[in-house]
Amino acid sequence: MATPATALPFRDETFRDDFTFRNSPQTVRRAPFPFDKDSYMYAVNMELHRDGRPDTAFEHPIDVDEHYVAEMRDRALVLDEDPLRCQSLPHMELAGWDTLELLMTSKAASYPEWFSLSRDGNAWHWINRPMGIEQRFTFGDATTLPYGPLEYITRQAQGDFCVLDERQGNLWMDAGMVTTQADWSLDFDIGMNFFEWHAPVPLAHELGIFERALKYLLAVQQANPARRLNWTMTVNPRLDTSPENYHRWGPENTHITAENVADKLFLRIELQSFWRLPRSNAILFPIRCYFLSMRDLTTVPKWSARMHRVLRSLPPELATYKGLDNFRDIAIDYLAGFDDGRATSEGAFPD
Amino acid sequence: MGTIEPSIRSRPVYGTLAPTAAAAHLCIADAAGAAALLDLFAAAPAGFADAAEICYVPGEPDQSAALQALGAARFHESPSVFALLPRLARQFERMSMGTQVYLAGSESLIGLAMMTGMRAGLDYQAMQTEHRGTLARRVQCVHCKGVTERVTTQPVECAHCGLLLLVRDHYSRRHAAFQGVNINAEDPSENPPMEEVFR
Amino acid sequence: MSLHAGIDVEVTDVVELNALVKRFHFARPDGQPLPAFSGGSHIVIEMQDGTLRRRTPYSLSSSPFDTRDYQVSIRRDDQGRGGSLYMHRGVVAGTRMRISPPANLFPLDQRAPRHLMLAGGIGITPFMAQTAQLALTGGECELHYGVRNRSLGAYLDELSARLGPRLHVYEDEAGERMDLDRLLSSQPTGTHLYVCGPTPMIEAVLAKAAKHAWPAAHLHYEHFAKAPPGEPFTVRLQASDRTVEVGAEQSMLEAIEAAGVEAPYLCRGGACGQCETRVLSLEGELLHADHWLDEKERAAGEKIMPCVSRCRGTVVLER
Repeated sequence: MATPATALPFRDETFRDDFTFRNSPQTVRRAPFPFDKDSYMYAVNMELHRDGRPDTAFEHPIDVDEHYVAEMRDRALVLDEDPLRCQSLPHMELAGWDTLELLMTSKAASYPEWFSLSRDGNAWHWINRPMGIEQRFTFGDATTLPYGPLEYITRQAQGDFCVLDERQGNLWMDAGMVTTQADWSLDFDIGMNFFEWHAPVPLAHELGIFERALKYLLAVQQANPARRLNWTMTVNPRLDTSPENYHRWGPENTHITAENVADKLFLRIELQSFWRLPRSNAILFPIRCYFLSMRDLTTVPKWSARMHRVLRSLPPELATYKGLDNFRDIAIDYLAGFDDGRATSEGAFPD
Repeated sequence: MGTIEPSIRSRPVYGTLAPTAAAAHLCIADAAGAAALLDLFAAAPAGFADAAEICYVPGEPDQSAALQALGAARFHESPSVFALLPRLARQFERMSMGTQVYLAGSESLIGLAMMTGMRAGLDYQAMQTEHRGTLARRVQCVHCKGVTERVTTQPVECAHCGLLLLVRDHYSRRHAAFQGVNINAEDPSENPPMEEVFR
Repeated sequence: MSLHAGIDVEVTDVVELNALVKRFHFARPDGQPLPAFSGGSHIVIEMQDGTLRRRTPYSLSSSPFDTRDYQVSIRRDDQGRGGSLYMHRGVVAGTRMRISPPANLFPLDQRAPRHLMLAGGIGITPFMAQTAQLALTGGECELHYGVRNRSLGAYLDELSARLGPRLHVYEDEAGERMDLDRLLSSQPTGTHLYVCGPTPMIEAVLAKAAKHAWPAAHLHYEHFAKAPPGEPFTVRLQASDRTVEVGAEQSMLEAIEAAGVEAPYLCRGGACGQCETRVLSLEGELLHADHWLDEKERAAGEKIMPCVSRCRGTVVLER
């Protein structure tokens, strides 16, 4: 029944070992480039998640791109090795069902050629053609699915997903699927509140960033999601840069040279969104990861010039916290060759 | 022994025990935490001891006799924190809401007792805490998930997998432990000197 | 968040529950189900009362899992600003209205193995939704419900059928009172307590709970504070460069909105903090009616909650 993945526009590539990941040109241009000016500092850069701009990562509420099938394959490998990357505290089952409903309905509405969902009361029928999955199940009854609802659906959705319980005027990271994170541990952070899991971030606390962000998030309502962008840099298009495996990928941080920086160093963009879940009143916090190699950036002159200027002017504590110290200067030298010094246009979209 | 320096938001901050008008009082301490209990009882109104239970893990120092002399309704001595925990879990189960919980002593005692209370459904903010004595830490290795007890050095070798770990101030109530991350991942030949910093 | 998506609905039924309380049923005109919600949520109902546009919050009393319609139960308040009177007198089956999506400022703590609920009068409404939810998801609960007399106690039959011996009713006119001392000293570890009713009841329960050393993290309450009426006064909106006259029966927030200025809000009952606004200057006196600012903040006079608070004279706000 399901169309084989090879007949669909999804790449067969790896995010580990031989790293065959590549972006096609359209994927590069639609990426949510995170810098709207030539320097970077923390901000509560929240905005409503609703513009639907065509040919961008914002076109659909939950974005699916050419890396979908390969990313899900990598996720399955991570979970085989370490099941602690997906956990749900006992009281978060209802939020898991809310999440399943949101992701299934969104994908089926945005990409009807790939996903379909039909519902007869609590009897649901889900088809995921790219992954060759067909599943009939009872909404609300976990015994009718091969995994709990959160794990089930996030094994079929790109990006990490944190589910935040709202209590006592705060948000608590009480469930998640976290296999593509930039260096934090779900197993360690699960149960922490908003300020606690952000504790290691330098500078931002003193600026009151988290107080303001929390107030904004507590007001997020159903059907009115918000989003913001975050970024770091990664050596190789490695999705699993977890602290759990740091002793395995850490050494790669010292492998960047002037000769390999173009194809081996990546801008790692996180498109974060925030959705109020109806039955549990929790907040779903997807963190969707987009890789652009330094060479990819040079195909959009505005972006490589801006990346150069951002790296050059980045405060040292920020650079250290984001783990850039080993290769920042090499990247600056490479990108300098693509920066003609002229003013870049407003906003982040390519010219 | 050391005082706790202000640090990141996930690093626990402890207070000073103060008696409440609760109907019952559950007091847990190890080693130097006994002194905090002695202070608590001294500040408490008449009748406090009659409604109180003390569980104590003696160490350096052993103030068992002084605690027994307080005349609490029940006094129990455990040889170690881990021996105490199953009993404590049962105590949390059988008590009712409106029992005040007091935890005093090392961070490990406080953390493990608090974790036990949380598992029984008590919100962590309900339990009073006071740090006394050693700053030795429990450290969870983020790589192998094993917890190394009584860590006093920076860095420390994981007692389970042998990786050399940076002991962070990032703390998990659920694990009752600080986070340990491989310190020489980028260059495993690097061997930073171990210094005794958590005494 | 200031941008509030609204839902167009039709009133499908108005049921008189007793001499004081009417239940209003809202459904989508196209018959599609309304969004699911969590028990304890409220909706904000928009009412066009002549030239005055009100927005008043009401708890949803219907089941969160059966959203063919939403139900709110409104007690007629002859001393209020007129919102309940508007609903009771002017809204009938067939009326078209606009409501906000549900928002929840009084949720169940989902970790709790047991929920102890104390309701006073019309404060029963959020517990109607929550007990319906718990009946489906599982979860121990016990409900203590104070009514003036049984004829004015809404939902007694439904709750009795739903909860059996877990429901305890106290008739005020018969001199029956909740034994708070007994209740507060007999709950197993992990119980969470929820109270919703008149402000004096909430304050009495919280004071007793403090005496019994219940931790704040296990106590939850919702005031049904509605913006009180008062004397008209003037508001100068500095950033918007507008001057607004607030009418006697209009809240400051409603007056700001009527002037076309968008202001953030969520509960419209002085409890959630979202509408907090800086006071730049004042000629007169601030009349705080909220449950958000603390004593120090009220005394400092630098902030105000426009959803429920008022002023005598003229106030200049940062908005």
